[in-house]
Amino acid sequence: MVRSTTKDAQDLIRALWSAYSATPTNLKIIDHYVAFAVFTALIQVVYVALVGTFPFNSFLSGVLSCVGTAVLAVSLRIQLNKENKEFKDIAPERAFADFVLCNVVLHLVIMNFLG
Amino acid sequence: MATILAKFLLLLFTISICNAVTIPTPISDSHRSAALQLFHGSSSSLEETYEALRVFEILALENKPDVSAATCQNVVENLGSSSSLKDLFYALKVNGILKCKVDRAVFQGTASRLKATVNDASTLVDIYYTIGSLVLIKDQAPNVDMLLADADGTFHSIKALSQSDGRWRYSSDNPESSTYAAGLALEALAGVISLASSEIDQSRVNTVKSDILKLFDSIQKYDDGTFYFDEKFGGGREHQGSLSTTSSVVRGVTSFAAVTSGKIDLPGDKVLGLAKFFLGIGVPGSAKDFFNQVESLALLESKRVPIPLVLSLPATVYSLSKKDQLKVTVNTVLGSAAPPLTVKLVRAFHTDAKGSAVIEGKELQYDQSRGLHVLSVFPDNVDVGTYVFVFEIVLHDSGSENDYAIGGQIHVPIYVTGIVKVSNAEIAVLDSDLGSDETQKTLDLAGTDVVSLSANHLQKSRFSFQLTTPHGRAFKPRQVLLKLRHETKYEHIFVVRNTGKKFEIILDFLGLVDKFYYLSGRYDFELTVGDAVMENSFLRPLGHLELDLPEAPEKAARLPPLPVDPYSRYGPKAEIGHLFRAPEKRPPQNVSLAFLILTLLPFIGFLVGLLRLGVNFKNFPSSAVPATYAILFQLGVAAVLLLYVLFWLKLDLFTTLKALGFLGAFLLFVGHRILSHLASTSAKLKSA
Repeated sequence: MVRSTTKDAQDLIRALWSAYSATPTNLKIIDHYVAFAVFTALIQVVYVALVGTFPFNSFLSGVLSCVGTAVLAVSLRIQLNKENKEFKDIAPERAFADFVLCNVVLHLVIMNFLG
Repeated sequence: MATILAKFLLLLFTISICNAVTIPTPISDSHRSAALQLFHGSSSSLEETYEALRVFEILALENKPDVSAATCQNVVENLGSSSSLKDLFYALKVNGILKCKVDRAVFQGTASRLKATVNDASTLVDIYYTIGSLVLIKDQAPNVDMLLADADGTFHSIKALSQSDGRWRYSSDNPESSTYAAGLALEALAGVISLASSEIDQSRVNTVKSDILKLFDSIQKYDDGTFYFDEKFGGGREHQGSLSTTSSVVRGVTSFAAVTSGKIDLPGDKVLGLAKFFLGIGVPGSAKDFFNQVESLALLESKRVPIPLVLSLPATVYSLSKKDQLKVTVNTVLGSAAPPLTVKLVRAFHTDAKGSAVIEGKELQYDQSRGLHVLSVFPDNVDVGTYVFVFEIVLHDSGSENDYAIGGQIHVPIYVTGIVKVSNAEIAVLDSDLGSDETQKTLDLAGTDVVSLSANHLQKSRFSFQLTTPHGRAFKPRQVLLKLRHETKYEHIFVVRNTGKKFEIILDFLGLVDKFYYLSGRYDFELTVGDAVMENSFLRPLGHLELDLPEAPEKAARLPPLPVDPYSRYGPKAEIGHLFRAPEKRPPQNVSLAFLILTLLPFIGFLVGLLRLGVNFKNFPSSAVPATYAILFQLGVAAVLLLYVLFWLKLDLFTTLKALGFLGAFLLFVGHRILSHLASTSAKLKSA
């Protein structure tokens, strides 16, 4: 039985990987960006766990900037994904412009809170 | 220290004496120097000029010659023109002293003018100036016809303004009466009498004399026999103080007494009281007060009223150790010599023993060379202390008694001081039960030796000494204090009482343990003996005592706070120690740097991932315009990021928002252009 579960798991991963490879490149770029943001957030949390929360506002600012930009990127991906019928009418350039604007505002707030 | 204390006590007592009873002293050189200072300036009005000249005349001071010339010119101008009555009056007064050269014709013209206005004058002041001027012209120009035609009428018009209490009104319209006006009226009446062509009726003169006596009934007095006149209240005219009112009355009464044949029976004590009033002012501060005082005193000396004689003592403190003599002077008020007289010391008594007299019925010797009456030696029973000496003046010529006002008995407080001998000083520590002398030491309080003793709380300490006056009697000074001071600066003061000849104090430490706050240790003794009549009052440290007291019980009272040195208030205060919040623990720098690098790793991972995906710039627009927009867009985003970095590093929010406004607008514009271009190209591709 153990051998079948591991074989099943390997099969599952292979299937997922091949399905994922089919996604368009621009969506993959966005996925890379989200992964980058999340990893940065994780490293900051590990640091705070190590040295304590002294400038707490800086920690919050850092983590929330990562999380915020990840969220904005995800919403951009949703809008750009052709399989989403709701967002069919929105031009991808418009979605990108929204993404850029929202990031500008987010980073202004983040920089103010950074201290 | 001891001499300073003694001098201070003496000064205090002298001041207190001076405030209690002031013995008036006649006019002296201090008056003359004050006069030179007060009257030095050039006066603006003739009245002030006259006052200055009259004061200088009375005090026999020299006039300035250049001032005389200018004043004479002023006088002649005033006499010639038709100036006011007041100016004319004072011009004539000045002329009386300076004796300027004035034409007889000017006098004649002025006199006729004045005679014409006499009957028209309605107020007392106008009549006073007119009559006064006429009298002055009569003195200065004897051959001018001065006599008044209707003297009776003028006399009557002045007398009509008199009141029943001896005072006068200023005019028939004004119902208020004033003592100052009475003085003016009396002077005016005297002037009328001297100018009358025919004799004034004697009965009228007698009525005025009784008016004067009625006026003297309203005189005010102080307790020490000073008499003066004062107005009841201000009224319409400016309020004349007691000095000017009294001077006005003196002027009026003396001028009236000069022109009448009989005497006015003025009581001698009131005249002496008036002299005391003027002398009691001392040296006045204003020119007008000075003039009033000096002129009134000169008039009192002018033989028209009994001349007051003033008894004064140059010193009231006599030292037995210096063998001082009692000196008394009797002068007239202006300081000139008195007629031959003897001063009798009726009796002298100690202030504590008013019944028994220490000296009785002695006569003082007159020392011709110094002009003093002297008691050469104090009798033996006059010891140190405070006394009251009672003097009496007896004139040699008993017939002239009515010419002088000498007053009755004069009480003068006298201080007799001397060196008090301190002897037989002993200090001992006694055992409480037995009372025997454990340690007895004698001290020489005149020297500077000190003792050192030790005691515990079960013992007592006894300190005794004797004080003897120069004549060998026991002396009880005002202050005999023993002070114990602990090394912590806590002090305790005890009064040393005397029994008969000896002063003794016994300190029972058992009873004092509580009072001393249970403080053991070294106590310094200090003895203070002082009195005003003691020439050698002292404050002397006696030595120290090592005192052993039991421990303070828990319920004992806490030590009271020591009196704070009042000057320490202005010294620096204690340093304030600020407590800051402990700074937070920061991680070591290496850890932080390591994590900084770790944080940058995902970004590198992202870039690597992008490269592996095969991102390229193929979609970058090739034609010029869109290309520039594209580049500008990228630059705009980079500029925003740079702005944020600057914001974090040094800018503030407002500057950043301003810059962001501009950049944002630029970015929107550029972004819109490039994105719309891209959209249109992809739409074209789709359609194609």
